[in-house]
Amino acid sequence: MLEIVFFYIAATVALMATVMAMTRPNAIHALIYLIVSLLAVAVIFFLIGAPFAAALEIVIYAGAIMVLFVFVIMMLNLGEKGNKQERQWLQPSIWAGPAILSAILLIELILVISQTNGPVSVAAVSAKQVGLSLFGPYVLAVEIASMLLLAGLVGSFHLGRRYLDRDNLEKQGGQ
Amino acid sequence: MSELMPVILALTILIGGVAGAAVLTWFERRLLGVWQDRYGPNRLGPFGVGQVAADMIKLLFKDDWVPPFADKLVFIFAPTAIVVAMMMGFAVVPFAPGMMIIDVNIGLLFFLGMTSLAVYSVLLGGLASNNKYALLGGLRSAAQMVSYEVFMGLSLIGVVMMSGSFSLVDIVEAQTDVWFCFSQILGLFVFIIAGIAESHRLPFDLPEAEHELTAGFHTEYGGMKFAMFMLGEYLGLMLISCMIVTLFFGGWHGPMLIGHWLPPFFWFSFKVFVVICFFVLLRAAIPRPRYDQLMSLGWKVMLPITLVNIVVTGAVLLWMEGAA
Repeated sequence: MLEIVFFYIAATVALMATVMAMTRPNAIHALIYLIVSLLAVAVIFFLIGAPFAAALEIVIYAGAIMVLFVFVIMMLNLGEKGNKQERQWLQPSIWAGPAILSAILLIELILVISQTNGPVSVAAVSAKQVGLSLFGPYVLAVEIASMLLLAGLVGSFHLGRRYLDRDNLEKQGGQ
Repeated sequence: MSELMPVILALTILIGGVAGAAVLTWFERRLLGVWQDRYGPNRLGPFGVGQVAADMIKLLFKDDWVPPFADKLVFIFAPTAIVVAMMMGFAVVPFAPGMMIIDVNIGLLFFLGMTSLAVYSVLLGGLASNNKYALLGGLRSAAQMVSYEVFMGLSLIGVVMMSGSFSLVDIVEAQTDVWFCFSQILGLFVFIIAGIAESHRLPFDLPEAEHELTAGFHTEYGGMKFAMFMLGEYLGLMLISCMIVTLFFGGWHGPMLIGHWLPPFFWFSFKVFVVICFFVLLRAAIPRPRYDQLMSLGWKVMLPITLVNIVVTGAVLLWMEGAA
């Protein structure tokens, strides 16, 4: 019973935070709401019996990926100019179309959910089970994902290296 | 009693953490004085311990000022984030058998998650101050803490492999005979360094390096908001020390023969005390590296060490399994 109450509180927080994340003109405020939303989703994962997924949500999404987002925004230093631009982009004519389409999806989702009954998950999934299934039946997907990450790593190294070389050349030219 | 235990313990940690951090400010300065051949604060009360009260009164009565050019809400939110995250981290620390707030089977990941959330405090504090030194400090801390989080997580994989669990109680139980500081010496080495970098203390306090960034991310902070940053830093120091003891030095287990002479909680707190003194010694003895040195140390030394540690630990475990 208590779990259901917690679930609805976390779900409300997640929904509200996500809406705020979309509508804030200030990028940093929007990001903080997005972080709150991710934390609320982590609580939901924990409640429906996936503690490992909840922990990873906090460590990876809220703790690492969002930090990099904030990092990039700090580098850009948008300030008041960025806020003005964001406000322009938040005109009804821009968000009305996607809103109607997602409303249709929402109605569909509600209809589907109302037809299924009973809890979706029953037993808590331990970290060991996650590991076994990742390196058992899904090992191919894990390997492909790791190759994709390696390609991204090599690509970003290449791009950064070119700039470094250019800087060095300029320095030598100056001397 | 057993149902009330977590509540009482949580309140004790809340009050004890704040009081401990306050006393640590004095203790650290005195200890630094001993190691650097000077006195440190020794005027107020016995051994100068009254300095704690003097500092507190000074901080409490300072004007709680928010710069007009700052992002007000984020500016106020930033120092609370680190205190909340670090306090939450204590929830999974096993102080003695049965003496912990929660024993979740993802305890170690919970700790890592909370330390990674503490990054936001420094980052947002630097950004909201709207000051170039603060911004530079925030940028440095983001790069430093995100990189060292990687090594921190990787250095603990050996411990998890040997104990076969993320639960901190299971990890302590697995060290009943031999502490992991012997078999996981590489993991311990990396974890200590990553721990200092995570709690951004000297020698790795580049986010606030005073000779180049005035005071880094908390340049614009004063009064109790500044005190919150300091509280968070000292809580982080205590949390990292607790985790080092739990993960590598047998938690509440005493040394082999004399272990049962004294209660488990004594051994735990004694070991935490020793680790904190060690951190103060590092602060007193080691100069601050340059920023690029810190980053290359991470990616060129720490990362290979952790990877070697993981491979060797895995190989030895498989070999022992085959031999048995």
